[in-house]
Amino acid sequence: MARKDLLDIISLSREEIEHLLDQSIPFKELFTRSVKKVPALKGKSVLTLFYEPSTRTHSSFEVAAKRLSADVTNFDVAQSSITKGESVRETVETLQAMRTDYIIVRHSRSGLPSMIARQTKASVINAGDGSHAHPTQALLDAFTIKEKFPDPTGKRVLIIGDILHSRVARSTSTILKKIGVDVAFLGPGSLVPMTGPEGIRRFTDYKEAMAWKPDFVYLLRVQMERQDAQFFPSLREYHRLYGITDARLADIRDRGLYLMHPGPVNRGVELCDAVMDYERSLINDQVENGIAVRMAVLYWLKPGNGAE
Amino acid sequence: MGSNAAAILAFLILTNTFMKRTLTAEDIAAGVERLAVAIREKNPDQPIALVGIRSRGDEVAERVLTLLSSEDRELSFGVLDISLYRDDFEHLRENPSIQESQISFPVEGAHIILVDDVLFTGRTIRAALDALSDYGRPAKVELAVLIDRGHREMPIQPDYVGIVLDTCRLDHVLVSLEGTDGMDQIQVVEKEKP
Repeated sequence: MARKDLLDIISLSREEIEHLLDQSIPFKELFTRSVKKVPALKGKSVLTLFYEPSTRTHSSFEVAAKRLSADVTNFDVAQSSITKGESVRETVETLQAMRTDYIIVRHSRSGLPSMIARQTKASVINAGDGSHAHPTQALLDAFTIKEKFPDPTGKRVLIIGDILHSRVARSTSTILKKIGVDVAFLGPGSLVPMTGPEGIRRFTDYKEAMAWKPDFVYLLRVQMERQDAQFFPSLREYHRLYGITDARLADIRDRGLYLMHPGPVNRGVELCDAVMDYERSLINDQVENGIAVRMAVLYWLKPGNGAE
Repeated sequence: MGSNAAAILAFLILTNTFMKRTLTAEDIAAGVERLAVAIREKNPDQPIALVGIRSRGDEVAERVLTLLSSEDRELSFGVLDISLYRDDFEHLRENPSIQESQISFPVEGAHIILVDDVLFTGRTIRAALDALSDYGRPAKVELAVLIDRGHREMPIQPDYVGIVLDTCRLDHVLVSLEGTDGMDQIQVVEKEKP
């Protein structure tokens, strides 16, 4: 059954997740053709509403929508009436009057996309809200892992970094658990919440985490813009304790681990420069898969399916 | 009466339908043979590519390919999923699931024969032509169908036909093929007018 909105991972069933991941495969196949575009959403309008800066997610959604032949409008928040004091609600009413079919929204406030979803007939896709959820990132991460292990049951993913503020950690760990992957967190004690979902191991020491024998290491971006309080002494110390240094990269290569990162990378903080040439880095796969997964999401959602 | 027959009877009663005609595995084999002979006669020794349309068109194409493969000629095979090229998304509650297309030969300059199980309105073929052109510009595209049941809604005609079936517009033509459905059978089922 199709849904109107995609707001988080937690409300998706395992079947819905598997369906979306399966459907992403034929969309990725399109990228190898001479014409990468299909007419499925011809005449539909997609509007992007990004209240927070984003380059990758924003352009990924834009490419995905355009490859489905939808018309894309970027609601330029910085230059819009929002800076003149228009509320989100008024903005959404305006968009409703424009008969937009899909709204892709990112906001620093958790829960804002679901508020918008209740007010509009358009399909709303959450492209990241505060530290709550980032469902399409989670789907592309799961897809990337399944490309390496079609049956990922029992595979292990170690997520490293600022778990506390990270919507990526929240959504990605949720989806991985739903498809049978084991997840562990590693980070400074101040950034790894002790409460939270059951069945996730928590480490504060890199060596201990490696002894858990992960198959993937997933580095989170240190979110400079969210460090309003001091959670760790300095970026240099963070790199020394939790970053992938040259020595750790050699260890990861020996163990044959895959490496993932949602981007953009803070070089010299989460990752040393040499990681960019690591043969088992999946960072570029994640970017490519992001487009396929977002096409599958846009194709799956049905706008105006009654009230949520 | 076996439970299977009872189930079919129940289906017919529930859906207000009754069977007009049933074609057997032999009829289907003869239809496939007819396609292969006609393709062979019209295109002696030329390289051709058979592209089956999901679902079941791919299976028909495979069977024709098997009959042609004894000859000394260049044969290519592909499968096309046309879901993303349909013209009725507005009317669907749920978009159809899509599967991978497999076109591994260069479409540019190729002589392609599109293969489908049933030709009805012609809308599927319209979608298939659009899909195919996004892989490149073929030198020539022809159409082979196992069954032509008439009632076109588009200016599309087949070049090769296995079986011609005389049907009413509202009839259902139910095709079962071994590889997809476990048995070879074609049924024409009439829907009673309300």
